[in-house]
Amino acid sequence: MGATALAPLSSTGELAIKPLFTKGSASSLRALLAIVVMIGLIFISLYTDWLKPIRQPLNALVVPFYEVTDVPRRLGDWWRDTFVSRSDLQAENEALRTELLIHQRKLQQMAALAAENVRLRQLMNATGMLQDKVLVAELFGVSPNPLSHTVWINRGSNEGVYKGQPLLDAFGLMGQVIEVTEQASQVLLISDPTHALPVQVNRNGVRAIAEGTGDLNRLRLRHVSNTTDIREGDLLVSSGLGGRFPVGYPVAEVDTILRDPGQPFATVIVRPMARLDRSRHVLLVFDSREVTP
Amino acid sequence: MFSQRTTYLLLFSLTLVLAMLLSVYPLPLALRWWRPEFVLMMVIYWIYTAPVRTSLLGLCVLGFFLDVLEGVPFGQHGLSLIIIAYVCILSYQRVRNYSVGQQSCWVFVLIGISQLTDNWVQAISGRPVSGLEFLLPAFASACFWPVCYLGLERFGRRYRIAG
Repeated sequence: MGATALAPLSSTGELAIKPLFTKGSASSLRALLAIVVMIGLIFISLYTDWLKPIRQPLNALVVPFYEVTDVPRRLGDWWRDTFVSRSDLQAENEALRTELLIHQRKLQQMAALAAENVRLRQLMNATGMLQDKVLVAELFGVSPNPLSHTVWINRGSNEGVYKGQPLLDAFGLMGQVIEVTEQASQVLLISDPTHALPVQVNRNGVRAIAEGTGDLNRLRLRHVSNTTDIREGDLLVSSGLGGRFPVGYPVAEVDTILRDPGQPFATVIVRPMARLDRSRHVLLVFDSREVTP
Repeated sequence: MFSQRTTYLLLFSLTLVLAMLLSVYPLPLALRWWRPEFVLMMVIYWIYTAPVRTSLLGLCVLGFFLDVLEGVPFGQHGLSLIIIAYVCILSYQRVRNYSVGQQSCWVFVLIGISQLTDNWVQAISGRPVSGLEFLLPAFASACFWPVCYLGLERFGRRYRIAG
């Protein structure tokens, strides 16, 4: 590593006694040059796509770091699964059976409703909707950067995951895939400040854009005028207008609305339905293109 | 057994990998700002222990890898590493004579500088930070420094790494 050392080296490679009054101007110059290069790189990677091909293969190198740090959690899970008591298992089984029964009842109704929906859509000459194909994934890493909300999941291009693919948990929309490697992929959550998605109010179909705020429990609706019919407690579902997220998945619930007549737009704070900081098992949704019946 | 250079490289990479593992270890949400900058602390320690072995190119490569590891724009970590390394190289003769407490304060300043540049990059990439909480990692690092320093010093003494 000595070739580019910052400190002065004597000809034999041993440490020379540092002269007190002469500055190492060469090393200062080199450091300055490196700083300028780094700043240039920052702007290049922020505003162009030139460095994307370099990042792609390197991502596969960093996945093991996240996998190793996930080992204690997996050991804990294994310990809990292995040494669980019989009565606990029975109680859990009972609860799950009850839940299944409730869901099956809802599903029976759903089949009739879905058929009716298709018939009505045919009457209106509208397009029918396809059932979405999903893939179960598990979360194994969280971005260490406190400002960015990204997570790693254990499915990659080997399973057909692609960039821009939506991610759900059992309660609502979570985010979209931004980086894919063979074994794993990185997901940007909807609460990230750089993320926004088109939504609509489930009650009346009013459209809006939900922006991340950097807070896991808050999103903000953009450009909602003061007179818009939107109430606290309204459910927001994805509208599918961006062409990226499928239609009709719950996104958030309206939390507070501040209507200030002096401001051009109302401030609408909504709370994501998905448990962004708790869900470990998530669903990847595959392309749900609408087809004409 | 090994030459001094090999021992240095081995120890350096070993502690570095450990620091990188710690720096991606998942933390509860409330504690996210309190994670010390382990990799930077390692780099600071090794620069003060062996300033002549510090390589600008090595730091750049390390910075790149950290950028991919944390998923931030290329150059963010390289920038802060180079600035810190430069300050360390200029000051190592003085800082080596500091007590551990004084060193902690100095580490707070160094990591504070790195947080400034890091958050500048984050802000222009669309994730602005408000308030002074961006200094929390520097504070956490300063608190953790004595443990890190005394632990590594035992290794350094045993394998006689200096330069």
